[in-house]
Amino acid sequence: MKSVRAAELRLSLPGLLLAALGFLALLAPFMTLAANRIVAGEGLTAWHLAGPDVTLPGLIAIVSGLILGLFAAWPKARLIGATLGLAGIVWLLSQSASPLLEGAGEYARVSPGLGFWCLLAVLMLVMADAITSLSPGPRTRIALLASMLGLLAIVLGTGLLSDLSIMQEYASRKDAFHAAALRHLTLAFGSLASATAIGIPLGILCYHGPRLRKIALPVLSFLQTIPSLAMFGIMIPLLGWVANSYPAAKAMGIAGVGFAPAFLALLLYSLLPVVANMVAGLQSTPEKARDAARGMGMTTWQLLMRVELPLGLPVILAGLRIALVQNIGLAVIAGLIGGGGFGTFVFQGLNQTATDLILLGALPTVALALTAAILMDVLVELTNPTPRKAS
Amino acid sequence: MKLAMIFRTALVALLLALVIKPIWFTWAFAPLAPEKGPIIYERASLLSLSLSHLGLVSLASVAATLVAVTLAILVTRPAGAAFLPLSRTITNMGQTFPPVAVLALAVPALGFGTGPTLVALFLYGLLPIFENAITGFSTLPPATMEAARGLGLSRWQRLIRVEIPLALPVILTGIRLSVVIALGTATIGSTVAARTLGEVIIAGLLTHNTAYVLQGGLIVGLFAVLIYDALVQLEAMLVNKYSA
Repeated sequence: MKSVRAAELRLSLPGLLLAALGFLALLAPFMTLAANRIVAGEGLTAWHLAGPDVTLPGLIAIVSGLILGLFAAWPKARLIGATLGLAGIVWLLSQSASPLLEGAGEYARVSPGLGFWCLLAVLMLVMADAITSLSPGPRTRIALLASMLGLLAIVLGTGLLSDLSIMQEYASRKDAFHAAALRHLTLAFGSLASATAIGIPLGILCYHGPRLRKIALPVLSFLQTIPSLAMFGIMIPLLGWVANSYPAAKAMGIAGVGFAPAFLALLLYSLLPVVANMVAGLQSTPEKARDAARGMGMTTWQLLMRVELPLGLPVILAGLRIALVQNIGLAVIAGLIGGGGFGTFVFQGLNQTATDLILLGALPTVALALTAAILMDVLVELTNPTPRKAS
Repeated sequence: MKLAMIFRTALVALLLALVIKPIWFTWAFAPLAPEKGPIIYERASLLSLSLSHLGLVSLASVAATLVAVTLAILVTRPAGAAFLPLSRTITNMGQTFPPVAVLALAVPALGFGTGPTLVALFLYGLLPIFENAITGFSTLPPATMEAARGLGLSRWQRLIRVEIPLALPVILTGIRLSVVIALGTATIGSTVAARTLGEVIIAGLLTHNTAYVLQGGLIVGLFAVLIYDALVQLEAMLVNKYSA
């Protein structure tokens, strides 16, 4: 017989692994100091960043966070530990940046180093793992997401991190960044909206017509297979030809390069998840429900609107989730064909070998994709008529 | 089905011709090239770029398959079960990371060239295979497993003779997804100086030469579609073999 106390103190194996990785990451350079934005910097471990008044509280928070993450039986403690650890790394980052810059030269840059990124990844995993074992309801998850985003907004908004190289890249191209963000969202959501407008009727037709289904789904799968750069590239001559042949199209702003080919490529990529999940969603209606509806004298249209669509909604929304997350990622490629979006910074940064410019494009894309995924997952769960716990 | 076979052969022939004798297609690409500009990409032979591209993808995919399947076997054994929820979390979170972002983030850590592309392809390629392999190993029919135990097969024998063959179609689906993503990401890899067919497209974009863009796009697209199709056929064959 195990006593209650022993069970409570049982260490979680994944927690042990993560904590070990976290302590290893602490040994890696936490920040780098470089003479300018292009050259590689010199790495500094966490305890060499500044005086003990700065490093001690940060290190204590990180270490106690990693230790709190060990207890299998207390997911809440693990969650608190992850938060504490994250606060610790942000504290170190924000408090040591300006002392490091002092006297380091006019063009000196400080950036988070390997150690920071590894600790961030480890702590995020501790947090995700704790949240998974708590299995909170949709409302709690939204609240957790909102508070994370809120804290992120406060940290960025108050200029706590403004001495970091990536924030200096941002400061020197604020307007371009906001335009890129807007363009990225327009590309991702606009193409999804168009794909939904086309995909829902197409999915219903495919559901009712097995012959159309046999042609449409394989064709869409093959479209999905084409590498993104090739797809974006092939759109260029295609739309260039359309613009040249139809002045009306040209007047609408359709051209071979820029927004239009990127939009169309994303639209084509999102059709498969939308249509395939539409068909699967409608097919998932239990035969009994369908029989009952027909017995009540429902027409095909009523059956679709009142039974099949509502019951298939979680599957249909799951299709939209796949398409949205995929679009947010693929919209980066638009930066290569003059379509704008965060990709502009990624590819500019790659050209100039300016790491922080790459990050300025890549990090918001990742954050956007993660946020969209979490929100859509909650939406899928909310529409699920049979709650998870009942099954 | 016969029609599909003819179509398939025609596409393979077209692809081979495009890669080995691009000169034959000068007439088709000429209208797209800038005036007096080059029509067929000649800075590197399309054949060598194709081989380098496919080599990169196969190397990353084979490594990803070996590691992902091994990890999936470990976390679906009783001893590794504690890691199952964490593995699911990692695959879910990892797959929301855009492949392009993984590639872009590999550069600051590893520098330019083929190396970071290979690492990005490998890391991203792990996820779909791992996810599918976990599904495959944790949804085996209980009756079959019971029978295998009843026959007195050891754990190792059960794994090799029963579990892996039964899970194979699902694992192959994961490998197919992974290969398709790798083909696409490798194309973008040319922006970080990896030698792949993306080079042709990028060169076309930089010099406003649509002929290059279309050449590169067509070759990569055909490779992707044909490889995908071949893997689908392979899966169908395996399913037939084991369900018969």
